[in-house]
Amino acid sequence: MAAVQDGQHNLEVEKDIKTEITNDGSGNINANSSSPGSTSSGGKSKSPAGSGEDQQTLLAVLQFLKRNKLTESVDILRREAGLSADADDSPVSESAGAGSGGVPNVGADGGDANSLLSRVSIATPVAPPATAPPKVVAASGGEDQPDVNVVLSAYSQQGDPVMYPLYYNGLKKFIESVLDCHRAELSQVFYPLFVHMYLELVYNNHENEAKQFFEKFSGDQECYYEEDLRILSSMSKKEHMKGNETMLDFRTSKFVLRISRDSYQLLKRHLQERQNNQIWNIIQEHLYIDIFDGMPRSKSQIDAMSGSLAGEGKRDANKAKVFYGLLKEPEIEVPLDDEDEEAENEEGKPKKKKPKKDSMGSKSKKQDPNAPQQARIPLPELKDSDKLDKIMNMKEATKKIRLGPDNLPSICFYSFLNAYQGLTAVDFTDDSSLIAGGFADSTVRVWSVTPKKLRRVKSAADLSNIDKESDDVLERIMDEKTASESKILYGHSGPVYGISFSPDRNYLLSSSEDGTVRLWSLQTFTCLVGYKGHNYPVWDTQFSPYGYYFISGGHDRVARLWATDHYQPLRMFAGHLADITCTRFHPNANYVATGSADRTIRLWDVLTGNCVRILTGHKGPIHSLAFSPNGKFMASGATDSRVLLWDVGHGLMVGELKGHTDTIYALKFSRDGEILASGSMDNTVKLWDTLKAFDDVELDDFTAATGHIHLPENSQELLLGTYMTKSTPVIHLHFTRRNLLLAAGAYNP
Amino acid sequence: MAEERRPKQCTVVLPTESMKAMAESIGVGQLQEESCAALSEEVSYRIKEIAQDALKFMHHGKRCKLTTSDIDHALKLKNVEPLYGFQSQEFIPFRFASGGGRELHFYEENEVDLSDIINTPLPRVPLDVSLKAHWLSIEGVQPAIPENPPPAPKEQQKTESTEPLKAVKPGQEEEGSIQKGQGATSAEAKGKKDGLMRMKPRSTHELSVEQQLYYKEITEACVGSCEAKRAEALQSIATDPGLYQMLPRFSTFISEGVRVNVVQNNLALLIYLMRMVKALMDNPTLYLEKYLHELIPAVVTCIVSKQLCLRPDVDNHWALRDFAARLMAQSCKTFSTTTNNIQSRITKTFTKSWLDDKTQWTTRYGCIAGLSELGPDVIKTLILPRLTVEGARIKAVSDGPVVSNIDKIGADHVQSLLLKHCASVIAKTRPLPDNVEQYRADYGYLGPMLCSHVVKARAQAALQAQQVNRTTLTITQPRTTLTVSQSGIGGSGGSRTPSIIKVPSSLTLMSTRPGTPTQPSPPATKYIVMATSSGASSTQQVITRTSSSVTSTVASATSTLQPLVKLESGGAGGLGGSRPLQKYIVVSLPSSSSLESKSGVLPPSSASPILLEAGMKMDCSDSPGASTQSPH
Repeated sequence: MAAVQDGQHNLEVEKDIKTEITNDGSGNINANSSSPGSTSSGGKSKSPAGSGEDQQTLLAVLQFLKRNKLTESVDILRREAGLSADADDSPVSESAGAGSGGVPNVGADGGDANSLLSRVSIATPVAPPATAPPKVVAASGGEDQPDVNVVLSAYSQQGDPVMYPLYYNGLKKFIESVLDCHRAELSQVFYPLFVHMYLELVYNNHENEAKQFFEKFSGDQECYYEEDLRILSSMSKKEHMKGNETMLDFRTSKFVLRISRDSYQLLKRHLQERQNNQIWNIIQEHLYIDIFDGMPRSKSQIDAMSGSLAGEGKRDANKAKVFYGLLKEPEIEVPLDDEDEEAENEEGKPKKKKPKKDSMGSKSKKQDPNAPQQARIPLPELKDSDKLDKIMNMKEATKKIRLGPDNLPSICFYSFLNAYQGLTAVDFTDDSSLIAGGFADSTVRVWSVTPKKLRRVKSAADLSNIDKESDDVLERIMDEKTASESKILYGHSGPVYGISFSPDRNYLLSSSEDGTVRLWSLQTFTCLVGYKGHNYPVWDTQFSPYGYYFISGGHDRVARLWATDHYQPLRMFAGHLADITCTRFHPNANYVATGSADRTIRLWDVLTGNCVRILTGHKGPIHSLAFSPNGKFMASGATDSRVLLWDVGHGLMVGELKGHTDTIYALKFSRDGEILASGSMDNTVKLWDTLKAFDDVELDDFTAATGHIHLPENSQELLLGTYMTKSTPVIHLHFTRRNLLLAAGAYNP
Repeated sequence: MAEERRPKQCTVVLPTESMKAMAESIGVGQLQEESCAALSEEVSYRIKEIAQDALKFMHHGKRCKLTTSDIDHALKLKNVEPLYGFQSQEFIPFRFASGGGRELHFYEENEVDLSDIINTPLPRVPLDVSLKAHWLSIEGVQPAIPENPPPAPKEQQKTESTEPLKAVKPGQEEEGSIQKGQGATSAEAKGKKDGLMRMKPRSTHELSVEQQLYYKEITEACVGSCEAKRAEALQSIATDPGLYQMLPRFSTFISEGVRVNVVQNNLALLIYLMRMVKALMDNPTLYLEKYLHELIPAVVTCIVSKQLCLRPDVDNHWALRDFAARLMAQSCKTFSTTTNNIQSRITKTFTKSWLDDKTQWTTRYGCIAGLSELGPDVIKTLILPRLTVEGARIKAVSDGPVVSNIDKIGADHVQSLLLKHCASVIAKTRPLPDNVEQYRADYGYLGPMLCSHVVKARAQAALQAQQVNRTTLTITQPRTTLTVSQSGIGGSGGSRTPSIIKVPSSLTLMSTRPGTPTQPSPPATKYIVMATSSGASSTQQVITRTSSSVTSTVASATSTLQPLVKLESGGAGGLGGSRPLQKYIVVSLPSSSSLESKSGVLPPSSASPILLEAGMKMDCSDSPGASTQSPH
C-alpha cells in the first residue's frame, strides 16, 4: 500500500473535514433557532444585533456537541469561533452537571473538558474575549442551506391568487415591449418567477389557480426546462412540497441570473412604477441577480450558459485561481534507446528525439507557472515498479502516432457479447492490458486483453514454502493453476455503476447501487475494503492519476475524497443540488471535477475542499467528463447529446460540439490532446478536432472578465469522423499510450 | 420565447375507479368519492416521483429501456420495500381489452401447473459474457466487416443520390442538416460557398481484390448452370449488407446481359438476370434509385419484347413476362416519387404500345401484364374500357382462319390474362346480378367468360368472408412444404381427388406480388388451417394458390363443374426458387358437395414439372391440414 509521508498533514486534513461538518450543522441550527423575521430579512441583518444572537447560538451548539461527547468538534468550533474558554465554560459545566447528575462519568467528563480547555488556550493564546467575529456568521450563512420549514414559510406571505396571472402577464407584456437588446436578458426572469409564483400558489392551497397558472404559462418557458416543469406540474398540493428534492433545491438555493446594469434598472423601474410588489418580493427573496456593467448579452449567449437547475454560476464563484498546470514529473533516468530500437530506425533518429523532448523534457525542466506546488497535495512515493512503468510509458510514447485531422486514429472496439443489457461500467488500465466491466448483476469482471493471463497469488500456506531469496520470486508467488483470461469479483449487492483501475494496476475500485465503494486487489482477486459513507447509490468513482486517493459521488449529492488506507473520507464536497453523476480527477490530482444531475459541473480544490468553479450550460444531467492531458481544458457530455468544452483556468465555456443524437457516456482526449473522442448511446464514436476548437476561440480581456463568450457555430467543421457501431452503445473510450483508440460497449441485438 | 410548444403532459391522474377497485381488493367496501379523488391524486403523484427516480437508474445502467429492477431500486431509495417477484422478461405482453365504454390494459397471468415446470427439462444455461474485439476504424476508414454496420446506410445513399453536390468526408454523414437555430443562415451561406468552391469529389469506384473476387463468383453463379449455387448467390445478393460498392457493376451487368440475351433469345439467362434484379431489390441495405435508369429498361424489355425465346410456341416465356411485370410493379411502388414519376411514365409506355394495332401478341401480353400488376385502379381505368376491342381482336384470331399457331397461342394467353385480372376487379366493383347477356353487351366477346369468372370470384369472396369469421390457427413454416403427391393428381381417382379452388387475389390474404422490401419477413409459407367440422373421412381440403397464367384452362373447365382445389402455377414456372410469399389456405368443406367431384382439374399444360416438385407436394406430416387428406 502506498504510504503518505506526511502523517501530520494527514491528521490536519481530517480535522478540517470535521470542521466543515460542524459548520454545516451549526448553520442549520442557527437558522432553526433564529426567529422567522430574521430569516425573511435575508442577509441584511445588521451585524451588531446579529452577532450577539449568533454567539448565543454558538454556545447552544457547543453545549449540544458537548452533550454528545463530540469533544474534538467542540474544540475546533471554539477555536474557529474565537470564543474564549470562559465564555462558554459556565453554562456548559452547568448543563453537564445537570444532565448527568450522580453518574461516575462526571469526573472523567470534567477532566476531559479541562484538558481540552488547556489545549484550546495553547492553540489560541490570545483569545479576544466575548466578541464573535462576524466572519463566522458569514461563513455559515454564505452557503446557507436553511431548514425546510423556514424556507417554506417564506411563501406564506401572499397576494390575491387571482392576480398572479395578471402580474405575470403584465411583466410579460413589459418585457416583450422593451428594446431588443434588453429583451433576451430580461426574459431570463420568466422561468424562476414562474416557478416561484407557482410554488406560492401551491403552498397556499390554491390548487386550481396553480393549475391554471401552470397551463397558461408553462408553454412559454424555454424547452430545456421541460424536465423540471414536469416535476413541478406533478406537484399540486402543499403536502407534496415536503420531501420533494427538486422543490427543496428551488427553495434553498437562490436562482442566479446575470443581467446587465441597464436591463436591471429597466426592470426595477417598471416594477416600482407599477408597484408590483408581488413580483418584486419574489425577485428579492428567491433570485440572486448578478449585475454586471457592460453590454447586455445576446440570446444565444444566454442560452449557451443557462439550463442548470439554479441558474448560472455567480461570477464570484469562478474567480478563484485554479492551478491547472501539470506537476513536475519525477526525474527518472531513462535508459537510452535499446539496441534493437536503434537498429530499427537509424534514419529516424532526429525524429525520435523530438517527441521525447515534448513528452518529457519541457515538463520536467522548468516548472509550469500555472502548476500547483509539488507537495500541495501529499502524493505517494514512487515505487520501483512505478518507475519501471514510467519508463515503459516513455518508451511507448516515443512510438506514439501524431494525430490530427489528416491522421485519424484507428479504433479498436471491444464488444461485450451476451451481456443482456447488463453492462453498466467499463474501464481500461492505462497501459491497456486489462479491461474491467461492471454489471447490473452486481458482478465485476476483469479481462486480460494481452496474452498474459490473470493469475492469483498462492495461498498463505503455499507462500511460506517459497524460497524468498530466489530471483524469480515474483513469478513463483503466482498460482499457475488459476490462470485464466477473465476473473469475476463478487461482493456488491447492486448494479455496479462506476469502476476504476489504480494507475499501478494492483487495485480496482467499484461503486455500486448498494452504497459502497469497494477496493479489490488484482493480485489476489479478492475484496480488500468496502468504503461505506454514501448511503445511497454511488454513481461514479475514480482513482487519482497518482493512485492512493480516489473520489466518489452519488445520489446523496456529496462527493467524497478518500485515501485507500482510510475507511473514512478525507473530504466531502457538498454543494450540488442533485445527484452527482460523474467524477473526474484533474491530471495534477489537486482538483476534482464533478458533474451532476443539476446540470452543472463543479471543480473542487482537494486541498481546501472549496468549490472553485461552477460551470453551467448543459441542459441535461452530465454523464461524462474528461480533462485534456495538459490540464487546461475539460470536455463534458450530457443527456442533451452535446459536448461542451471548457477552459478550466478562466472558467469559460469555449466550445459546443453538436452531432450526437443521444446521451454521451464516454469522452476521452488523445494522449497529446489533439483529438477528442466521444461515444454515445446513439451507437456512434465521433472524433473532434480540439486543437482547432481551442484555437478558434478568441479570448479578449472583456470576455475573460465577464465570461460572456460568443461561441462559434462550427461543430460540423470540427467533426473529423463518425463511426457507427452495430447496435452497440459506446460506454467507454480509452487512448492507448500509442494513441490507438479503444472503445467498449455491450452488443445489444 | 420558447422554441416549441409542449403538449400538456403530466396532468394525468389515475381514475377514481381504480382507487375503488384497489380498495375493494383489500377489503375496504365503501370508499367515498372525495377520498377516492384525494387518494388518486396522491397515488399519481407518488407514482410519478418513483418513475422519475427509476429513470435515473435507467440512465446510469446505460440503457434506453426502463426495467422493473429500476423501479425496485427507486423504491429502495425512498425506503420502500421493493416489489418482489416482478422480474421482467425482455417483453411484457400487455393485452388490451375494451368493452362497456372501458378500456383496459392488462398482463395475462396464466395459471401454471407446478408439476409442468418440474417436469420440463431445464432450459439451456445462457451464454456467459465474453469480449470480442474488432476494428471499428483503421486510420479513419471504417472497414467493411460483418462486425460493422453496412458502410453506407440507405439514407446516406439516398442523400448522395439526391444531393450530389454535398461533399462527404469519409465516415461523416449528414452534413449540416442537424444544426438549426441562429447560425442556420450563416451556415447555409457557408455551405453554398463551399459547394461552389469544391466540386463533388470524383468518386472512384475501385473494388478491393476481395470484392472483385466476390463479384466474379456471384455473377458466374447467377448465370451458371448449377441451381444450388445460384440460389446461394441470390441469397447473398438479397441479404449482404456490404454490396453498396458493387452496385454499379451489378447494374451494368444486368442491363448488358439483358441487351445481349434478348437478341440471342436466351430465355434462361433472361430469367436468371431478372432474378438478380429481384434479389437486389430485396436487399434492405441497398438504395437502388441511382441505378434505375439501367434496371428499368432491362426489366421492361423482359416484359414487352417481341421475342424472348427461340421457340415461342413451346417455351414458357409468359412466365418471364409475368415475373418481370411484378418486378416492375414493385419498383414502381418503391421508387416512384413526384419528381421521377416512374409509375406514370411506365403506364404511358405500356398503354401506348398496347393501343398500337400492329403490336404483336407477345408484346400485347406483356403490356397487359405490366399494367394489371400495377393495381386494381389501373385495371379499372385502363384495361376494362378496352375489353371489348381486345375481345374482338381475340375473336378474330381464334375464329378466323389459322394464320399461325403462334398468334393463336398468344391470343389465348392474352385472353386468360385479361380474364384473370379483370374478373377480380369487376367482382368488386360491378353490382349484382351477373347476367351473361349484360356482360356480353358490356364487354363483347369476352363477356360470357368474364361473367363466369366473376361469379366464381364472388362465391370465393363469400367463402372467404365466412372463413374469416371463424377462429383460425396460423402456422408459419419453412417454405415449400405443402406438396401434392403426383399420383393424386394424375390418377384423380374418384373420391379422393384433391380439388383446388382459386380465391380472387383482391379479396384474400394472398399476395400475388413479389415480396417487397417493406415485407422483410423471410419467405415463409403460411397455412391457414380451418377447423374440421366433420370426421376425417368426410373432409376435403381446399388448397389455394394464386397464379397469373393458368386461368384459361380452368376457365374452360369451370362451366362444367366447380373445382374445389385448383393448382395454379406461381407465374414463374421457371423461377421456382424465388417464389414470393404466398399463402395456402386449407379449408375443410362439408363433404356432400365435394365428394363426387372428380375434377382432375390439374391442367397438365399449366403446371410444369418444376413447379410441382418445388411447390406443390402435399406432405402429410407437415401441416395439420394436410392430415385431413381423406383416405377413401
